[in-house]
Amino acid sequence: MMLVCVVMLAASPVKNGYEVGDKATDFKLKNVDGKIVSLADFKEAKGFIVIFDCNTCPYSKAYNERIIDLNEKYAAKGFPVITINANDGYGDSYEDMVRIANKKKYKFPYLYDETQAIAKTYGATNTPHVFVLNRELKVSYIGAIDDNARNAASASKKYVENAVDALLTGKSVPVTKTKAVGCGIRWRDA
Amino acid sequence: MRYLMLFTLFFFLMAPSLAQKAEQIKLKDLQLAINTSSERIQVFNFWATWCAPCVKEIPLFEKLNQENKTVEVTLVSMDFDLDPNPDKVNRFVARKNIQSKVVILAESDPNSWIDKIDKNWSGALPTTLIVNTKSGKRKLVQKELHEGDLEKLIAEVNN
Repeated sequence: MMLVCVVMLAASPVKNGYEVGDKATDFKLKNVDGKIVSLADFKEAKGFIVIFDCNTCPYSKAYNERIIDLNEKYAAKGFPVITINANDGYGDSYEDMVRIANKKKYKFPYLYDETQAIAKTYGATNTPHVFVLNRELKVSYIGAIDDNARNAASASKKYVENAVDALLTGKSVPVTKTKAVGCGIRWRDA
Repeated sequence: MRYLMLFTLFFFLMAPSLAQKAEQIKLKDLQLAINTSSERIQVFNFWATWCAPCVKEIPLFEKLNQENKTVEVTLVSMDFDLDPNPDKVNRFVARKNIQSKVVILAESDPNSWIDKIDKNWSGALPTTLIVNTKSGKRKLVQKELHEGDLEKLIAEVNN
């Protein structure tokens, strides 16, 4: 009996996905305009705001304007927003993505992670889930956009903005990891 | 016979308002429930009215609640973060005639307490936490459950 317990403890699952400091992988994913997009395409970028997002989640909807605003503010400064949908079903098909991106006039890529391989590699768990990368694709921040999903104006800790501002000015990122309630990414093998 | 019919009609009309109102609790109340030694295995399901997979698996918890009296089921609504008004949750509970205990975790800024519920929890919904409060053994499952999953998890914390 004791032996079984020890074996069970030893077999406890290793945490999947990146920790802050890990080097993130690039990818080749289909954008809503049909083209394949990689981080390497952005030759002028100083870093990236990678956001695992989806169409249907109320948290994604609550943050949608803020995601658009992040790109407005930071793309020109060298930190474009890259959104990735890895969700399976429930209104998150590629066709649904195209519809939303057109309706909202996205000026940033909205990529389809059909196999969910990128979401798994990064360790995205719920939407929206942000991974801020520096120029070398080192993960510098993981987590929520800010501390108030319901009300943008009441958000006092703007985690992603603070992280990107720090990277832009060569300072260390003040808060490197946060958690948020959100829609768990629906895995294909679940 | 007529009175029986009238009574039955009255009862069914009143039934929705007889349904439980979800109690609003704070983090410390939830922590107490998770950590206080109890005879029954504690099953906490973290869900929200807007979460489709959460709603889909609720019948599994209702069935468990009804069939297994050695287990205590608590459905913890996470609706507060997006909507502090409890009406939506209460209407949902009434509409679905939910029998399991439903509570609303009335706390903002989830980042400040997600770890305090379970440090392995990403915050994703649905998530289910099963605790054997006597042995301290716990299992956290961060995805939608299917038929048979709950029984298996309960057996795992029981041995």
